[in-house]
Amino acid sequence: MSVIVAFLLFAFVVGVGFLAGMVPGLQPVFGKFLPWLAFFVFVGGVVWRIWKWASSPVPFRIPSTCGQNKSLDWIKPARLDNPTTTLGVIGRMLLEVLFFRSLFRNTKAEVHDGPHVAYGSSKWLWVGAMAFHWSLLIIFMRHFRFFMEPVPFFATGIASLDGFMQIGIPELYVTNILIVGALSYLLIRRLLNPQVRYISLPADYFPLMLILGIVLTGIMMRHFSWFRVDLIKVKQVAMGFIAFDTVAVPKGIGAIFWVHITLICTLLFYFPFSKLMHAGGVFMSPTRNLANNNRFKRHVNPWNPEVEVHEYEHWEHMYHDKMVACGLPLDKPTDEEA
Amino acid sequence: MSGAGFPKGFPTPEDLASVDLQTTPLKGWMDPKVNFEGRRGTWSYPAGAKNLKALKMHNPREWSPADEDWKLPKDWKKTILNGMADRLERFRSFKIMMDICVRCGACADKCHFFIGSGDSKNMPVLRAELLRSIYRREFTTVGKILGGLAGGRELTVDVLKEWYYYFYQCTECRRCSVFCPYGIDTAEVTMIARELLNLVGLNINWVLEPAANCQRTGNHLGIEPHAFVDNIDFFLDEIEENVGYKPEVPINKKNADILFITPSGDVFADPAIYTLMGYFLLFDYLKKNHGFNWTMSAYASEGGNFGLFSSNEMIKRLNAKMYREAERLDVKWILGGECGHMWRVVNQYMDTMNGPAPKNLVLPKSPFTPTIFENAASTKMVHIAEFTADLIKHKKLPLDPSRNDRYKVTFHDSCNPARAMGLLEEPRYILNNVCNNFYEMPSSTIRESTFCCGGGAGLGNDENFEMRMRGGLPRGNAVRYVQQKHGVNVLSCICAIDKATLPPVCDYWAPGVEVHGVHELLANALVIKEGEVRVNNLRGEPLKDESEASEGEE
Repeated sequence: MSVIVAFLLFAFVVGVGFLAGMVPGLQPVFGKFLPWLAFFVFVGGVVWRIWKWASSPVPFRIPSTCGQNKSLDWIKPARLDNPTTTLGVIGRMLLEVLFFRSLFRNTKAEVHDGPHVAYGSSKWLWVGAMAFHWSLLIIFMRHFRFFMEPVPFFATGIASLDGFMQIGIPELYVTNILIVGALSYLLIRRLLNPQVRYISLPADYFPLMLILGIVLTGIMMRHFSWFRVDLIKVKQVAMGFIAFDTVAVPKGIGAIFWVHITLICTLLFYFPFSKLMHAGGVFMSPTRNLANNNRFKRHVNPWNPEVEVHEYEHWEHMYHDKMVACGLPLDKPTDEEA
Repeated sequence: MSGAGFPKGFPTPEDLASVDLQTTPLKGWMDPKVNFEGRRGTWSYPAGAKNLKALKMHNPREWSPADEDWKLPKDWKKTILNGMADRLERFRSFKIMMDICVRCGACADKCHFFIGSGDSKNMPVLRAELLRSIYRREFTTVGKILGGLAGGRELTVDVLKEWYYYFYQCTECRRCSVFCPYGIDTAEVTMIARELLNLVGLNINWVLEPAANCQRTGNHLGIEPHAFVDNIDFFLDEIEENVGYKPEVPINKKNADILFITPSGDVFADPAIYTLMGYFLLFDYLKKNHGFNWTMSAYASEGGNFGLFSSNEMIKRLNAKMYREAERLDVKWILGGECGHMWRVVNQYMDTMNGPAPKNLVLPKSPFTPTIFENAASTKMVHIAEFTADLIKHKKLPLDPSRNDRYKVTFHDSCNPARAMGLLEEPRYILNNVCNNFYEMPSSTIRESTFCCGGGAGLGNDENFEMRMRGGLPRGNAVRYVQQKHGVNVLSCICAIDKATLPPVCDYWAPGVEVHGVHELLANALVIKEGEVRVNNLRGEPLKDESEASEGEE
């Protein structure tokens, strides 16, 4: 059900893209105003979301400790999995953000007859997530060849590395294969793993479809002659976007390009209001970005509430006779006891 | 089931463990209906009105989850939604954890309750979605417009009932948070959800009765000062009978160097009492040989903190006694006993809530070794395992590990010392010095990946017995594994709740394995006087099995 809703939405966006491709009158809108709007909504939305998170305080220091803490001198602490210093926290966050450290721990539990509970290694989700995110980053950087003139060195460098296999003309990028494989895996896993399918919302399928759509339209333009587009015109559109100019969008680029653009704009619009914000949120996750140093460095809660405590004085008063009977010392003995 | 102590007709381990982790219900998870009557044994009784009144909490009344009418206050919905809005403002954790889950499912089979029950809503992701769906519907624009399509749900009485069922079916063990790529911590989500439930009077008695007791008497078990003294006297006699010495235990003594605080379970129930006896022997040895000057308190007579299982304010109320008593008794620093959630509070909350520590407390320094506990520089509170490991390292304790030779020992990392502190090596170091036979359980079930006993966070009550055994499956099964492989017969641990909840888990999933505190094993091995001959251990059992002893002679 969720997957159908997501697909219908996705198909609608693709349809709109084709419409833009077919109706040249729409292309100034889809080639300039829509990308600009999408860009500002994306940047503004992300900033707004992060600001909203940041506006709530972190009352307690609650890192999940995943290794030995710093205690006695002769016991080796896990500086990254249980950091006590800012440097350690930075290291932990880098491992988390660049290499998905926590996901790498993944195991699969099975309950067999006996009973026997078994835990198997389960790294495919990690592999899929790594392949997808890194490929996405590289592909994004490659695209700077469209946005900048002269083409920046990193875009050329990455592209030549990415095409090192030298297969086909234009050469096949490794990341293109990886990202299609990874996205397909993530989508198929969501559909086939019963528990994951059970928890999946339209909001889980939709971004996968969007990004897969973007990737596939891109690959089609590059490798399938039927869809091939005029790169000079594409670059004109891209440069116009960067320059915020009002020069007319060139005609006759090919409908598939407009589908590509429409999908990207949709992704940008969608991003700040969706789970895709995990990209920003992971940096602010209190179980990961705080040092486990509470016992030697005081953490202050800005709204530390006043509470009613049962004070000793009243406690002693309450149990006075019983304390006398069992010989416990009193702070306020009555005169005769004193 | 052959063993005594299990409810009549309770399923066999084979039957209870026939869970299917792959099948999901036909109905989507957004349907909140829970059949409480049909699921007896998997939920806890509600808090009695007297306990709510004692703590001045909302909506005190007598009711049962099996009733149709839960006697909610009229404006319950507004109260819950305002409570959510308020907490979104106060806790960044709550906001982040509502917003960034991608439902990747990595957490799903990390939860002991999911592994033991196969109930999809026990997957941490779905437990959080029960709350997240309301958040999306009420606090996000997309959710307000699109409702169910955006994963939003309306807040109804049935949703509230579902929350009661599933948020009192999480032991806040944080195992899922280790595996989540964003560090989403279901314990945090559960803690917030329980705070919300408290606002309309939905709480469980096994959390709030101990809290009310603790507020009144100073400890969860409601042991009044004279009974506290009596219990301790009784244990001292017991020690004398089994070991031949009668240690001295100062209580409420002023100007001692160190205030010792341990969970009241140690002063009350088998087998935790043997851990307490272990402390007494250790401290008495240190006193006689090195002039150790210590005291316990009948006012701050609780190390644990069941406030952790209801609200942050309650944590603060109950925890406040530690520093107040340390100030009144004018001690130098505080030493804390074996306990799990106590150390989450001491490590992550105490200083923030009730600090800075009173001025009389100083940077903790071991009275017997050159060690300065820099890691406790702010809280001024040291863990007994750190204290003892340090003593052993500096050869201050003469030990005869062969006295524990009848035991083949494994170690259960308690959730909170492992995942909210990182106290992993100290207890192992002690164990390796006090017994000759130590074996680790499989790596997926220890250290930061340790499994809960199934009864933490206030769920260790008898009416919840089936769920406890289900939740205990991963731990119990790992014990069974080392029992079969190495002949392990002792599961050691450093948590008072473990000492209450693991014995039935072992009886059920790994019969024949006993639960011992680390300091019980230490005291068995501790040579109090040169040339000391000990016949019995702290439990009054001969140090060597007679059958084994005769085997040895052959």
